[in-house]
Amino acid sequence: MTEHELVNSQLGSLQYDPAPESAAIARLKPGYGLFIDGQFTDPKKHEPFATVNPATGESLAAVSQGSAQDVDRAVKAARRAYDTVWSKTSGPERAKYLFRIARIIQERARELAVVETLDNGKPIRESRDIDIPLAAAYFFYYAGWADKLDHAGFGPDPKPVGVAGQIIPWNFPLLMAAWKLAPALAAGNTCVLKPAETTPLSALVLAEILQQAGLPDGVVNIVTGDGVTGSALVEHPDVDKIAFTGSTDVGRLIQQRVASSRKRLTLELGGKGANIVFEDAPVDEMIEGIIDGIFFNQGHVCCAGSRLLVQESIADEVLRRLVRRVEQLRVGDPLDKNTDVGAINSAEQLARIEELVSIGENEGATRYTSSCELPSRGYWFAPTVFANVAQSHRIARDEIFGPVLSVLTFRTPEEAVAKANNTKYGLACGVWSEKGSRTLWVAERLRAGVIWANTYNRFDPTSPFGGMRESGFGREGGRHGLEAYLNV
Amino acid sequence: MLASLSGVDSVGVEGRAAKLATRSIKRSTKMAAIDLAISMVDLTTLEGADTNGRVTSLCVKAMRPDPRDPSVPSAAAVCVYPDLVAHARSVLGGSTVAVAAVATAFPSGRASLKVKLLDVGEAVAAGADEIDMVIDRGAFLSGRIGQVFDEIVAVRDACGEAHLKVILETGELVTYDNVRRASWIAMLAGADFIKTSTGKVGVSATQPTALVMLEAVRDFAETTGRVVGVKVAGGIRTSKDAIRYLVLVNETVGSMWLRPSLFRFGASSLLNDLLMQRLKQQRGAYVRADEFSGD
Amino acid sequence: MSEDRLDVRKTYKLLINGAFPRSESGRSYEVLSSSGAFLANVAQGSRKDLRDAVVAARSAQTKWWAATAYNRGQVIYRLAEMAESRRDELAEHVALSEGLKARAAQGCVSRAIDRIIWYAGWTDKVAQVMGGTNPVAGPYFNFSVPVPSGVVAVLADQSSSLEAFVDAVLAPICVGNTVVAVASELRPTPAVLVGEMTATADFPAGVLNIVTGLTEELAATLASHEDVDGLDLEGVSPEAADALAQAAAGSIKRVLRMDGPAPANSIRRLRAFVETSTVWHTIGQ
Repeated sequence: MTEHELVNSQLGSLQYDPAPESAAIARLKPGYGLFIDGQFTDPKKHEPFATVNPATGESLAAVSQGSAQDVDRAVKAARRAYDTVWSKTSGPERAKYLFRIARIIQERARELAVVETLDNGKPIRESRDIDIPLAAAYFFYYAGWADKLDHAGFGPDPKPVGVAGQIIPWNFPLLMAAWKLAPALAAGNTCVLKPAETTPLSALVLAEILQQAGLPDGVVNIVTGDGVTGSALVEHPDVDKIAFTGSTDVGRLIQQRVASSRKRLTLELGGKGANIVFEDAPVDEMIEGIIDGIFFNQGHVCCAGSRLLVQESIADEVLRRLVRRVEQLRVGDPLDKNTDVGAINSAEQLARIEELVSIGENEGATRYTSSCELPSRGYWFAPTVFANVAQSHRIARDEIFGPVLSVLTFRTPEEAVAKANNTKYGLACGVWSEKGSRTLWVAERLRAGVIWANTYNRFDPTSPFGGMRESGFGREGGRHGLEAYLNV
Repeated sequence: MLASLSGVDSVGVEGRAAKLATRSIKRSTKMAAIDLAISMVDLTTLEGADTNGRVTSLCVKAMRPDPRDPSVPSAAAVCVYPDLVAHARSVLGGSTVAVAAVATAFPSGRASLKVKLLDVGEAVAAGADEIDMVIDRGAFLSGRIGQVFDEIVAVRDACGEAHLKVILETGELVTYDNVRRASWIAMLAGADFIKTSTGKVGVSATQPTALVMLEAVRDFAETTGRVVGVKVAGGIRTSKDAIRYLVLVNETVGSMWLRPSLFRFGASSLLNDLLMQRLKQQRGAYVRADEFSGD
Repeated sequence: MSEDRLDVRKTYKLLINGAFPRSESGRSYEVLSSSGAFLANVAQGSRKDLRDAVVAARSAQTKWWAATAYNRGQVIYRLAEMAESRRDELAEHVALSEGLKARAAQGCVSRAIDRIIWYAGWTDKVAQVMGGTNPVAGPYFNFSVPVPSGVVAVLADQSSSLEAFVDAVLAPICVGNTVVAVASELRPTPAVLVGEMTATADFPAGVLNIVTGLTEELAATLASHEDVDGLDLEGVSPEAADALAQAAAGSIKRVLRMDGPAPANSIRRLRAFVETSTVWHTIGQ
């Protein structure tokens, strides 16, 4: 046995007994209505659809399809709440509502984590340790702006925009709801939120939390449904501002629809993040960072480090370590606390991933896929690395939005920057090096809204997040995140 | 030799250790891990006040940690000062429990090479199976790497048949970069084991430090084909801690290292906590510390 | 069974390093309500108590600043939770101390709690408002970060027993300083209650220390204490303040003299005990 085989053969072979979190903690109801004007209410037309657990394919609950009339009801409730209540609620009072919401999220953290994992398919470790705590943190952070907007750098008494229509994706359902609602409410706006059709549940639990917090009726309204519901919201004439996070294709459509209106718009769209690794990178942490960059959340991350740009002098060694590390990833039951990689969110998404991977193979890239066993039910894709990828390959240019990494090489910092920037996207990049001056030099030149140095996929409510070019415009998080929701 | 040249990002390594600490080890895995950990304990007494009596108790406990339950594995070794090796040997007789002796002017290492080698020689002559030496941290921190290396080579030579564990004293090396470099120096110089700490300074074994050492051991095995063991020592008191280290081993170098010949815990009170957890798993209820002998 | 039940009276002690000792001097003094009725025997702090408090504050400061801003905000928010749950007790003491009617006293308490919340929300925003990057004329990444001065001595306002106290101690704490506060001499009890609440709000020991006693006796010790970095003179008379500011100059302390009430949204108190640290880092391949 070679030395490498010696280590490889035994890696991770201490078997861990299943350590499942209990699904019952989610306390799911059989069906959910829409949340309008402070109450759960039936939609005008009864067209429930099932939301499914992607790890098993089983139905979790029935959720309502919001029609254009329901959206209208919600917007009217938001408008009334804005005019008569929320715009007259002082900053300190708004702050206290948001602090309450943050606290209740903390109190119900475990329940929310299980709901999120059931509905989205992500590992419980991630929803428990990242999604839910961050969601609470965003509410805490923006709560603290509500009573001090005059210090936010937008002038002495900045005013809200009015009614915000917010459409969020399925990859971080509760966290995206927090990213949208917290700054909007802090700034004094009221909201109509449309969760993604495959992941509505945590938003509906959030609705209960809003009730528990005593948030005045109509300040937040949640209308579940599919793209049709979203369209109705985008086109509603009494919405002052649209915030959308999702694919670039849909973002383009929304921007077109809104172009001739006075609606304010922010978009947070797709990406093809370049994770740039220099030869002096800290080796083991860099491997972890690459892994984290593309397999965190099954790669369903707009800012995923889906392109590895590795300095050619260390490319073989990095690839060897990467492949070994990929083999170690624990793929399986998302409710198991030891799972690293969960399920693909939907059959549609799985089909997209499979299509692009097949294209990658046909383009001539070398494919390595983990030999992990995949469950027989549900939607699964084994972590995959493509080596020998060329800049012109589709798998180097198109967003796959799955656990698939494309590996390219570069020789000099300039070449790394050029390759990283050679994309219509501009959301996130990573830079790995122990030389600070070079990291900063590269960072200055990268056309990306977020640059991580010697780390990846770090989020914080104080840190602005958003893209350049076709990754969208506008920032969420930080002082900058208030701008979209203020009339400045 | 990429890995030996690379730095360690402390945020990254601490993050990885923290993530691995969330592994949930339950039921049969937990039982197996507890027994494994027991079999990896170097039951240690390194006090100025040590006597033959103390060493006798320690050896008896190491051989049969739970007198009522013969299925409990023996500890791997006892670890004592060199002048108590002969007595430990006489109590242990032909049991599987090894005698490890600290030597080389433990814990500070502040003595001439001549004195250190004499220290090792006496311990080996008295019957020590294993020698735990300390590196010269003063030499390391002042850049005299060659001297550090040469000393380890000399001690390895003086050990003869005995196995050599090289204590890096990671608490004094402070940075992970230093820990990585010191690990490689020790392995290149012939260490059979690299060990974190003497247990006599403020900072002893930590998970991220162990992670760096395990990565070094892995890379060394891949580069040279030689397998070196790792011993974590100092401050490891609970089964939970011990199991976390086993997870680190499993997910860094692999389960081949999950055996006493390649992984050890230098500890004293850890053994009782392992026994308590073992009993709790069997009985299904929390147990008293007094179930087990104090030493 | 008699309806008249004797109540248990509280001893009002100092807060030093997370514990509630009496003054090492053994002294106490009578605190009267605004109507002249006996309110409590409150500890009369000494120089040595202050010395111990400064040691505690210094020892706690590194760790307090090393905590994340988020964590500091959580701790301060919890103080608001504690204060809200004990608002009636606070209101009673404010009413008695300041001679206010119940409703006015409740108003003070509400404003004080909202002020605590204001500061809770500042911890993770100070850097964004007071810091930033500087576009120097050269290939350097240059950024300025607000860092705390260290240990701040607060001589709390004499008349506003709760609101001003909260404002004066939380401003330096929220930016990462630790505080030794001398409460109002005649109206100390609301401050003592706030101190008690920090103990259940997860404040690390030594972050807030409160010494009650005779202000001018204690002020001189703090003003000249070389291990105190900042001094808030709100609670002393202008004449006394001059002498104290002189003494403080001996160790180049940051001295804050508010000279009257500031607008509610003023961050002068936040800025007073913050230092700016600027870093240059080369940029190049």
